[in-house]
This record gives sequence, structure tokens and C-alpha cells, in this order.
Amino acid sequence: MALSQADVLAGIKEIVEEVAGIPAASIELDKNFTDDLEVDSLSMVEVVVACEERFGVKIPDEKVTELATVGDAVNFIVNAAA
Amino acid sequence: MSQRRVVVTGLGVTTPIGGDVATTWKALLAGQSGVRLLTDDWRDLLPVHFAARVATEPADQMERVEMRRLDRSEQFALIASREAWKDAGSPDEIDKERLGVVIASGIGGVITLLDQFNVFNEKGARSVSPHTVPMLMPNGPAANVGLELQAKAGVHTPVSACASGAEAIGYAYEMIKSNRADIIVAGGVEAAIHQLPMAAFGQMKALSTRNDNPAAASRPYDIDRDGFVLGEGGGVLILEEYETAKARGARIYCEIAGQGLTSDGYHIAAPDPDGAGVQRAIKFALANSGLSTKDIVHLNAHATSTPAGDVAEANALRKALGADADHVAVSATKSMTGHLLGGAGAIESVFIVKALQERLAPPTINIENLDPAVTVDVVRDTPRALPAGDIAALNDSFGFGGHNVVLAFKTL
Repeated sequence: MALSQADVLAGIKEIVEEVAGIPAASIELDKNFTDDLEVDSLSMVEVVVACEERFGVKIPDEKVTELATVGDAVNFIVNAAA
Repeated sequence: MSQRRVVVTGLGVTTPIGGDVATTWKALLAGQSGVRLLTDDWRDLLPVHFAARVATEPADQMERVEMRRLDRSEQFALIASREAWKDAGSPDEIDKERLGVVIASGIGGVITLLDQFNVFNEKGARSVSPHTVPMLMPNGPAANVGLELQAKAGVHTPVSACASGAEAIGYAYEMIKSNRADIIVAGGVEAAIHQLPMAAFGQMKALSTRNDNPAAASRPYDIDRDGFVLGEGGGVLILEEYETAKARGARIYCEIAGQGLTSDGYHIAAPDPDGAGVQRAIKFALANSGLSTKDIVHLNAHATSTPAGDVAEANALRKALGADADHVAVSATKSMTGHLLGGAGAIESVFIVKALQERLAPPTINIENLDPAVTVDVVRDTPRALPAGDIAALNDSFGFGGHNVVLAFKTL
């Protein structure tokens, strides 16, 4: 099932707010999970698993380290679901 | 360094009768029970349908995002520690390398462990929370408090079942005495109200089954007592080296004068009916603190409301204190709070500090017919005034495994 970039961004905003308490309004494509949003390594695992469940994709562990920004995650998920 | 003295400068609790010290102490003096019927859907699977849950849910005292990565026992530790730290005047300027944390738990994050096992069974390994280990480890409550306060003198978690909270306070006392630290956040917590621990305690025949009257179920020293009532929550004291506390102008409640620790070598769960280990612990605590039996006016007993334990303890107290037991007001506050396991010795130490401050021994409720085998002077139903002048009090705590801990407090 094809997902739009806007749908995935909206979903990630909800997940990061739920997991890390970051207000959805401050979560944008160019934000870095670690440096800008202060999502630590344990919470990043939660974000990844929640994204897998929500979008029906697999995000392999070796790819997770490449997802530095919200935009990286959105692009990965859009491509994986295409 | 032998002259270093240890004083109490801050108190914090969350208990089945109040979400802070002021509320809890007021309820304690009023003789209010915190024991209620459970509302959980698993209740009717158990022989025991009641427990003593905290009066104020952590959700009313913490942010949601903070809570979700903390076990309930860790939530209690942070809530009680924040109150105690503030009560001590928030001494944030102190050298963090002289600040320690000793917070115990009897069981640790058992609810997290069991909940995540359910997640594993239902959804598989990948759905298990990455926060599971920091949440279930028994040192998690101490570690989270240490992290929040940036404590660097040492963070510790003694584990000795229901003596854990008292042992933590004793460990903290030793850290200050031996010059490892100047200020310690010390206490104990427990969060084990869950069907599995309750079923397990039930199988030991350790719990009261008075389902028709939960508020009357915890009845230490009553002839018809039939077991303890599981409680949850925790207590924290700020212990401080006396000169350090004076130098910063801290309000000083009282002194921790000493402690006595022994083990029974008798049985994994049953108390030694002779109470020899308890007697030795009391004698060691008195000797360690330079007090005599004549100085002791109050004792907060372990007294969990079990048929064997209460009498064994009372006999040991009578033997250790001799004729001086006649002027010791004995309070069994588990009659109101239930039994907080690893948190018990900590909240009961807070109660002793308040009792010395206000010169009031809290009551023991639910004694309709005092067991004639109990030969100590039990404070029943209403608080009792303690004498003026220099006075001292003891807190005794025992744990499965045969652990005996006695802490001595005195006015100054």
C-alpha cells in the first residue's frame, strides 16, 4: 500500500509525542532524533517498533542507525511501503 | 571521624493513607485504614480480595512521559524523594561527590517483569519494551533518584525482603559515619500489588483473608489476626552529617543514633519463636548508639498481623528491654498502612521521626481483643503523648530469610 509523505510524517509525530513527550508541532522533517528531539537510544527502539506496527513495514536494525532525521525515517517508510 | 553524627533533615512518603508526609501523618494519628477492596478484574481469581494501594496515584503527581519508562516502584521512589529533598530545603548546591542514594526494594520491578512477559507471549520479542531492564532491576528506584539528583558518592540497594527499607537507612547511616558522604537520600519502596505476588503470598498462608471487612483485616496483636495485608508505596529520609546540616542552616528533625543488624539462621520464612536474633539486634542498636533501655520511650514495631510473627516479636522486645519495656509506647502502624514489604522500614522510620518531633506515638487500630501473649505496652486506637526532654525511639524490621534490623533515633 502506498503511503504519502504527509501521512507518514503525521504518524511519526504522534508516535514521537507519545514515546518521548515531544510536542508534535516541533517535529519536522529536518529534525535530528538525537540532537534536536532528544530521543535516546532506548526510546528510538520504541519509535521504530511503533512505526513498524503502524505502517506495516520492517525496519531492519542495521537501517535504524541510518535514520538520523525525521525525514530519513519518513523516506525509508514511504519507500518500504511502496 | 568517629565523632561524625547523622541527622534527619527531610522526609517524603507516598502511602496508602496519603500522598505526602502531612496527609499521611494526619491520617495515621486519626487511625484511618488505607486497606480497600481491589477493583482489578483479576481480584476474584484470588483468595484475598483486598490490599492497600497508594492513596494518590502517581499519575496525579508525575508527567505521563516520565511515568511510562519507570516501574511503579521507581515512580514511588521519585515522588517520595522529591518531597524529602524539598523538605530538606533543596540543598542543590552541595558537592555531588558527597551526595549518595540508598533506596531499597524487596522485590524490584515485578509488575514490569510480569507485564512484559505477557507482551512477549502475545506479540513476540520485538514488542518487548526496551525500557524493561532499567524498570525491573531492583536498584532501579535508587538509580533513578541518583540520576535526578546527580548523586556521585554511591547509589546502593540493599535487599533483605521486608527489612530492606530499614537496612537502606542503616547503610546510609554507615556511609555518613565512615565519611563516604555528607548527605544521603535513603529509604525504601515497593509496588507488588499484582495477582502473581498476591497468589504467591497467599500460598504461604501469609495474607489475611478477611474479605468481608478489609479495613479491619490488618490487626496486629489482636487475638483474631490472620495474616498481613499487602501495601504499596514508599518512604525517603534525607540523612545528613550533623556539622554539614548545621553549616547550611538546615532544619534538623532528630539524630539517627545507631543501628543493630543480625540474622536468625533459623528458617527461610518463619520467625524464630525465641526471637534471639531480634533481641541481639536491639542490644547492638542500643550499644551502637550509646543509649540504654531507659532512654527508649517509643517503638514502631514490625508487627505485620501474622499469628506467629507478632508474638515472637513482642516476646523478643520484652526480653531485650526488660522492665523498661513498661515505658515504651509500641505502635503497629501496619494496622493502617498495610505491609509495604521493602518500603515498610522506610515509612515507619518517617513515622518515628514525626513521633519524636511532635511527641506523639501513633495508634494501632483494629485491636478488639489484645492477644494475652503480647506483653508489651501497645498504643491502641488513639495517639499517646511522649515525654518531654531527651527521648529516643526504635524501629525494628524483619525480613524473610531471617534478617533483623533495628534503627535507633533520638532527639537533639
